[in-house]
Amino acid sequence: METLMSILIGLFFTIGTYLILSKSLLRIILGTSIISHGVNLLILTMGRLKTGGPPLLGEKFIAFTDSLPQALILTAIVINFGVTALFLVLSYRTFKTLGTDDMDQLRGIEDE
Amino acid sequence: MNNIVILPIIIPAIAGLILVIFRKSVGFQRLVSILAILVMGFVSVILMGQIRREGIQTLQAGGWAPPFGISIVADMFSALLLLSTGTVALFCLLFAFQSVGKEREAYYFYPLFLFLITGVNGSFLTGDLFNLFVCFEVMLISSYVLISLGGTKLQLRESIKYILINVVSSSLFLLAIAYLYAMIGTLNLAHLSIRVAEAGQDSLMTTVALLFLIVFGMKAALFLFFWLPGSYSAPPTAIAAIFAALLTKVGIYAIFRMFTLVFYHEPQITHLLIGILGAITMILGAIGAVAYWDIKKILTYNVIVGVGFIIAGLASFTSTGMMGSIYYLIHDIFIKALIFLLGGTIIHLTGTSKLNEISGLIRNHPYLGWIFFIAALSLAGIPPLSGFLGKVFITRGTFETGYYWLGAIGLITSLMVLYSIMKVFMNVFWGETYLSKEMEKGKAKGPIMFPLGFLTAITISLGLGAEGIHEYVRLATEGLLNPNLYIEAVMGGNQIR
Repeated sequence: METLMSILIGLFFTIGTYLILSKSLLRIILGTSIISHGVNLLILTMGRLKTGGPPLLGEKFIAFTDSLPQALILTAIVINFGVTALFLVLSYRTFKTLGTDDMDQLRGIEDE
Repeated sequence: MNNIVILPIIIPAIAGLILVIFRKSVGFQRLVSILAILVMGFVSVILMGQIRREGIQTLQAGGWAPPFGISIVADMFSALLLLSTGTVALFCLLFAFQSVGKEREAYYFYPLFLFLITGVNGSFLTGDLFNLFVCFEVMLISSYVLISLGGTKLQLRESIKYILINVVSSSLFLLAIAYLYAMIGTLNLAHLSIRVAEAGQDSLMTTVALLFLIVFGMKAALFLFFWLPGSYSAPPTAIAAIFAALLTKVGIYAIFRMFTLVFYHEPQITHLLIGILGAITMILGAIGAVAYWDIKKILTYNVIVGVGFIIAGLASFTSTGMMGSIYYLIHDIFIKALIFLLGGTIIHLTGTSKLNEISGLIRNHPYLGWIFFIAALSLAGIPPLSGFLGKVFITRGTFETGYYWLGAIGLITSLMVLYSIMKVFMNVFWGETYLSKEMEKGKAKGPIMFPLGFLTAITISLGLGAEGIHEYVRLATEGLLNPNLYIEAVMGGNQIR
């Protein structure tokens, strides 16, 4: 199971990296979210994918899955959500002010 | 257990939260933010006294036993950085009162500033790897907003690059945490240190260590500094100064913490690589500083040279080198803030940042000129001033380890730094006076000189009174070189291994 997940996460990273290296700003933002999906899955996988009950003490299981990675992912998701929202609004503002979303045209110009 | 340890984190956080409500009353915002920073500085002084008397202070959040909860740890290294942060934040804030402008002040400048300080203090105090990530994000998200606050074209463009690079490096940070968790199964730094020492730092562990080096190197502008010159020249002066003084230093702090506390078993690989990266950083930064004829660019490249130099002390991994790094780190926090504020004032006065369009400012602004001169000498490390002692110790440390090349590069880049900053001084202040006082674009109001004067006084007194802080720096070095002190303080008598 871990092997399969690793391959999937690798795929996420490949696609994310490819998108980040592209020209359009929106594709770059998509790339960052795909990479962070990969990272979240990786945290889950790295906590081992043993079979066990969900980490709820009310459930009568002998073994439970590791709850720490789940808490970490929950934190990371929220942080990433905030940053992505900010990033999207900022790119909208940039598009309105500078009139382009092409990273080539966003290069430094001397006379500002 | 000591509840004072958490105060430097929660004081600015609470003050910031209160200020979010009172958006329009600027006077109140200024008062509260100054008070918060002052109280925070006062607390860190008390904390330093306690650490000196009783050793490392810890707080287990929620009273959970050490590896299970989040530990907040203050050793002398963190405490020194906390005090420097408080002082430099105070002066940047005083400068911001005069220069940031009503528009930004009414749109949450002060709350964001306080949240930035919260994140920085949290990173210095935390004893947990994931909590370090969260504090980094608190700091970074505040800095994203501060860098784009105002929304000029330049700021929008640079903040996009800045956010992108930091989102990617934060993902890598999580990646490194995930790998480390899979191998070691804990997140508490002290517990990590024990487990890594037990398991032995094999090649896989070293790889993870290098991944951490890349992550923190990106934050600290160590070798991966390509994002820094653009981002730091975009925001207004007071914000750029606090960025230059603090943000890269947090990355440096994290590198120091990880490579003295957790990954110190293979210095011939990791620390040598750190040394090489430091050398390349110094060389490239110095080339950049010499090459440009733009004040902002010269100053930002000087930030990069400083990072390389501090890291060289860590690479030597001797007590002399580390002591030098700590001296230089404290000096660098103050001097980078001072030099950015000075640069910003010059640009404000003349309306341009191009060196060949400015000349002869000394006639109308003698105090500004001589302050700049002192700051320039201090930046280069001329003896009576604060930059000197750190440079001597770092150079001696690298020579003791046998890294003669590293020490030599440090000395040569010092010359280049002196050249680059003297180029600014001679072009801006000497020569014929183009602009009379009336023709100048902005006015140097009296109060703007206070923070500059005080920061200069600090660099002079740090240089002359180095004996006074020697005891503290020595304790900090001892703490860094003996991970057992840290582990004992955090884990106490806890037998969990």
